[in-house]
Amino acid sequence: MTNSIDDIADFAQAFFVIGTNTTENHPVIGMRIRQAVRQRGAKLIVADPRKIDLTDFATLHLRHKSGTDIALINGLMHIILANGWEDKDFIKERTEGFEEFKAVVEEYPPERVAEITGVAVEQLQQAAEILAQEKPAAVLWAMGITQHTTGVANVLSLANLQMLLGNMGVPGGGANPLRGQNNVQGACDLGGLPNVYPGYQKVTNPEFQGKFAQAWGLPEDQLSLDVGLTATEMMPLAAEGKLKAIHILGEDPLMSEPDTNHIRKAMETIELVILQEIFPSETAPYADILLPGASFAEKSGTFTNTERRIQLVRKAIESPGEAKPDWWIISELAKKILASGERQVKGAEFSAWDYHDTGEIMDEIAALTPIYAGVSYQRLLNGETLQWPVKDQDHPGTPILHVGQFSRGKGRFSPVEHIPPAEVPDKEYPLLLSTGRVLYHWHGGQMTRRSQGLLKIYPQPLIEVSDLDAEKIGLNGSKRVRVSSRRGSIEAEALVTDRVPPGMVYANFHFPGAGANELTIAALDPVAKIPEYKVCAVKIEAV
Amino acid sequence: MGKVNFILDGKEIQAEKGDTILQAARRLGIYIPVLCDHPALPPEGACRICLVEIEGQRALHPSCTYPVSEGMVVETNTERIRAARKFNLELLVSDHPLDCMTCDATGDCLLQDLAYEYDVTEDRFEGTKHHYSVNDPNPFIQVDRNKCILCRRCVRACREVNGVEAISVFYRGFSAYIGFGADSSMDDSPCEFCGSCVEVCPTGALWPKQSLGQGRPWQVEKVRTTCPYCGVGCQLILEVKDNKIVKVDSAWEGPSNHGWTCVKGRFGYDFTSHADRLSHPRVRKYLLDGKKKPTASKRDPEKEANPWQWVEVDWETALGIAADRMRQIRDDHGPGSIGFLTSAKCLNEENYLMNKLARQVIGTNSIDHCARL
Repeated sequence: MTNSIDDIADFAQAFFVIGTNTTENHPVIGMRIRQAVRQRGAKLIVADPRKIDLTDFATLHLRHKSGTDIALINGLMHIILANGWEDKDFIKERTEGFEEFKAVVEEYPPERVAEITGVAVEQLQQAAEILAQEKPAAVLWAMGITQHTTGVANVLSLANLQMLLGNMGVPGGGANPLRGQNNVQGACDLGGLPNVYPGYQKVTNPEFQGKFAQAWGLPEDQLSLDVGLTATEMMPLAAEGKLKAIHILGEDPLMSEPDTNHIRKAMETIELVILQEIFPSETAPYADILLPGASFAEKSGTFTNTERRIQLVRKAIESPGEAKPDWWIISELAKKILASGERQVKGAEFSAWDYHDTGEIMDEIAALTPIYAGVSYQRLLNGETLQWPVKDQDHPGTPILHVGQFSRGKGRFSPVEHIPPAEVPDKEYPLLLSTGRVLYHWHGGQMTRRSQGLLKIYPQPLIEVSDLDAEKIGLNGSKRVRVSSRRGSIEAEALVTDRVPPGMVYANFHFPGAGANELTIAALDPVAKIPEYKVCAVKIEAV
Repeated sequence: MGKVNFILDGKEIQAEKGDTILQAARRLGIYIPVLCDHPALPPEGACRICLVEIEGQRALHPSCTYPVSEGMVVETNTERIRAARKFNLELLVSDHPLDCMTCDATGDCLLQDLAYEYDVTEDRFEGTKHHYSVNDPNPFIQVDRNKCILCRRCVRACREVNGVEAISVFYRGFSAYIGFGADSSMDDSPCEFCGSCVEVCPTGALWPKQSLGQGRPWQVEKVRTTCPYCGVGCQLILEVKDNKIVKVDSAWEGPSNHGWTCVKGRFGYDFTSHADRLSHPRVRKYLLDGKKKPTASKRDPEKEANPWQWVEVDWETALGIAADRMRQIRDDHGPGSIGFLTSAKCLNEENYLMNKLARQVIGTNSIDHCARL
């Protein structure tokens, strides 16, 4: 998020919520939006093909067709420009690329947009008016925007909107992706990506290659200048036998990757699978070596939340049996690999792996990661709440990004065009499947399915089906359906509901055997390599 | 906001214009007892415990709803006030079970604290007592209406904080009780089980079912930490007894949650002590035997002596085998043949180490996690 939860909850005059089912996936942010709407009359525009809980609180629900986000946003910007509602000063002083961008947006008049998106011209007009009048407006999104083959373009499109309205760098505004996991922000920040070292320092830049080689005690050429593989690229290579080993820390590809059948084949083929886990997950049957890790309550360290806030995690209980904190396991493994063989590290400040606690690791992070440079356990234990970038030990952190200036200097408008999803419904597979989570479960479900109350209140996967489609297939009393795509098939109970429009079904990926990813397509965004979880073609039958 | 000068317990006080007497007193650290009021909720004026005397006014007034004004003179603790508070407490206690010895809320109960402070015993009023059954079938929250004092904190938390309106007061007077949805059970109402109502309940009327009989406030260790679920980063307080999490409270100091959280954060912690937890390192038998990995069709972990059988080993053995195999694969096929999936569920420090393991130790940039998934 460019902004903080508090500032958007307290100062946004309008919320544009697109592709986030906030009350179920980020419940406390959902609460804050409801409060803002009810207590201080903030306007709420929800753009979502589904009815979600927030649509009950919304001034306007734009029920656009899945995979038409760019057309929708371009359409809103077209109306804003046509009426001269854009923030001319902001555009002039703080941005570049406006003319090229404008030329593309001009191709999206309301009538054409209504045709692509299915949203009435009148609603487009109303939404544009709200955004023009209610300043600042905060844009919030989640995987409903990113999990498309146009994921990156969707995000650029929302950035365009916020620059056009001058809503960047101010309390109550901003471009705010809501991160779906406790420390997905931190995993990205600290080098858990194939293209960057910690702090988004590019691996292709020889300067950073040199910096890390020196810090870690290696000759420069021992660190690769080539971007590595994403998770979604590793699996196809594994299936071809080209990826020989994989070391997995607390992830469950069998539940969370697209096209589960293909993942099974890949995991079966890999020569060596090392898995660090707290449960025998769906991935465990494919592991050669299973290393028991510690849960969040059994170790101390930090997580970074969706608003870039670094917060302490404190050990409360001991792990069962011989299970160990994951930082200990990784360190011991590293020491053992380095103990022999040709690849040796030596003599540098951070070449060794002799950590006594996670505080020492944070000191190493701070020394090598400019956005975490001022982070230390001492400050956190003193009660400081730090949002990166924290430039040095005296820097208070950065609650709002891009104040006065964008981090790249001028904000660049990106002309983006509507491109349809990779697989759209056809005669054989006439329905559109979208996937996601429900309030009572979380991701692959390893934790929530082992939580008594959560499992009791939501014990089995439910497939959302519209009344019309239920009637078409003659759903009987037992209401079980089989959903099939070109890649696989699942059976589960149907929830006949108006939450999905006719022609669309919605499934979650919390339950093994009936997980949505048996059906999803591994079509990727060309830049981010994110799979198109929000659109693929399926058919349903009553069973 | 302007300032208002007034006199509180004989002292000249400056307050913010618009403050209630209670808010002004709280800012200055002056204690006025409350039951229905909660700093995070709008005032209700229901319990008449926070009564104060205002010069020139005949009746006592609840300080939680009475605004300060210039020059007013307020007393918070006179004989008259104490007698009135005690009277109100005696009325509440006369229809409240006196089962403090076994009640889970003992030590964490405002009514109990005030009864103690005001020396309230049961014998002042005798009359009909309520005998509600305690049987709401939802999996998370025990609803014991016998212990409810109708302060409406839960009603306000549900409506004002979560914006859901699952809780309301049904009927009036002695017949009044807290109910859910259209006077149904909690799980048959719009309730989302965020547990905000439990967090603010001043007695044992609403209590987490999982925590019943698990330990009293003075028997548990409280540890503040960050929630393991979504990216909001709610600050939670884990209550621990005998190496087990027995209750979770949401921390008022949490900068992103300000005292609230959701159903997963508050009630979804028992996975930590689930019988499925992995407790010992394991390797497949073929690795211990120094054999080749069996082809997929020959893997049967259930069959004895099958090379795909799990064998529990010590850390030295497991990590030794893992390190040898990794080094061998790197040397035979190059660092590009090894991939790492780090974890959005693990610590920053652990993610940094996975990045260091992949890049420094192995020499590959093929590290990713489920940010895209």
